Amino acid sequence: MSWTWFHKLASPPHAYRILGTIAPWFGWASLALILLATWWGLVKAPADYQQGDGFRILYVHAPSAWMSMFAYVVMAVAAGVGLVWRIKLAHAAAAACAPIGASFTFLALATGSIWGKPMWGTWWVWDARLTSELLLLFLYLGYMALRASFDDPQRADRASAVLALVGVINVPIIHYSVNWWSTLHQPASVTKFDKPSIDLAMLIPLFIMIAGFQLYFGWAVSRRLRGEILRRERNANWLKEAA
Amino acid sequence: MTAARTPTLAAAKLVFQRDMTLAWRRWDEVAQPLIFYVVVTTMFPLATTPDLSALREIGGGVVWVAALLASLLALEALFRADVEDGTTEQWVLSGQPLGYLLLAKVAAHWVLTGLPLVIMSPIVGTGLGLPTSAWGVLMSSLLLGTGTLSILGGIGAALTVGVRRGSVLLSLLVLPLAMPLLIFGSRAVAMQMDGDSPAGPLQLLAAIFFMALSLGPIAMSAAIRISVEN
Repeated sequence: MSWTWFHKLASPPHAYRILGTIAPWFGWASLALILLATWWGLVKAPADYQQGDGFRILYVHAPSAWMSMFAYVVMAVAAGVGLVWRIKLAHAAAAACAPIGASFTFLALATGSIWGKPMWGTWWVWDARLTSELLLLFLYLGYMALRASFDDPQRADRASAVLALVGVINVPIIHYSVNWWSTLHQPASVTKFDKPSIDLAMLIPLFIMIAGFQLYFGWAVSRRLRGEILRRERNANWLKEAA
Repeated sequence: MTAARTPTLAAAKLVFQRDMTLAWRRWDEVAQPLIFYVVVTTMFPLATTPDLSALREIGGGVVWVAALLASLLALEALFRADVEDGTTEQWVLSGQPLGYLLLAKVAAHWVLTGLPLVIMSPIVGTGLGLPTSAWGVLMSSLLLGTGTLSILGGIGAALTVGVRRGSVLLSLLVLPLAMPLLIFGSRAVAMQMDGDSPAGPLQLLAAIFFMALSLGPIAMSAAIRISVEN
């Protein structure tokens, strides 16, 4: 099997062009799905018998929480590929993922806190999921801080890649330790509230929203990666010819 | 590779002995984290309440937080001098497995900073109202926890070795990764005091320690190579 397509993909001019082609597809598809899910979730889906309309923030909260983990794994895989095969583009992709993932994590925390106010009566509860999201945010911030503290981009790439890999091994440990910690302290009602058996009519818009968020992630990474390529290749000949 | 290469274990032993000798000649620097540890734990009764029965509630957690911070404080300079004077470069070129040499260095560091914290912890714990029955669990949880933290911190120190203002960054990188240690360690102490068996969290701490021991040297040597190669 020939690997030329793969090496082609890893070359900045090709990647720059391909990303430019696929980004609008991601963008428009995600916009369509998010609008559809918003209408479905806010208007068509029935209100919860316990939480009323308050539960509808789920349609932002759950997809953001899902995406925050997804982005971290994508970032770690990209970092690993960059470290093993020394592909600069993979490092650039990891760099592009980090701020987006951190934003999703922040969004999940903010919506969780807004949701908590009517449900628990306070803005913040040391609930297992919120706490692991908070620690995930710290991991993202550490990754970005390490990346920013090197002057040499190649060292920044490789050092932060090692950190991303150490982090991705630790994420499950952190997640389960926080769960364990939380079940020792919280009354059972909270965990019961956390895992409601959700009705299908409420679930369908959630899945559409998750798909929309995934596509949005694809769009945002493509755009950021194009920016990264421009920044890193600013002295390259192919850019001068293209301009 | 020549046939006269030093056996790896002997090389690791040399690294360990060298660090111990160096530390012995500057023992006042070695004592600093320990003093920091005692000072931090003194702050909690002053900030909250001198009532021992109230302090007992948070005592295990306070000892653990102070131990984490104290050992992090000492980790920042772990590789700095060796990278600056070229020693690490020689290790990379020596043909020895770099991970073992770094692990020996981390082990020496742990003996000098982690172990004193563990030995000191019953005294500090008593000040926070921990009963003598909790001493064993406190010490064994800290024994496993500081060992893991030394390895995690070694990875962080190797990554930040060439960075300005590395100490803040190091804490930012390592502390989130150390949260599980904090959770299991302080819960083990609390469970012992509540009359439950602390075996569960202690076993989890041991599992994390062995994972760090097996995977940590790989990450550390990768990080050191990145810092040295450029």
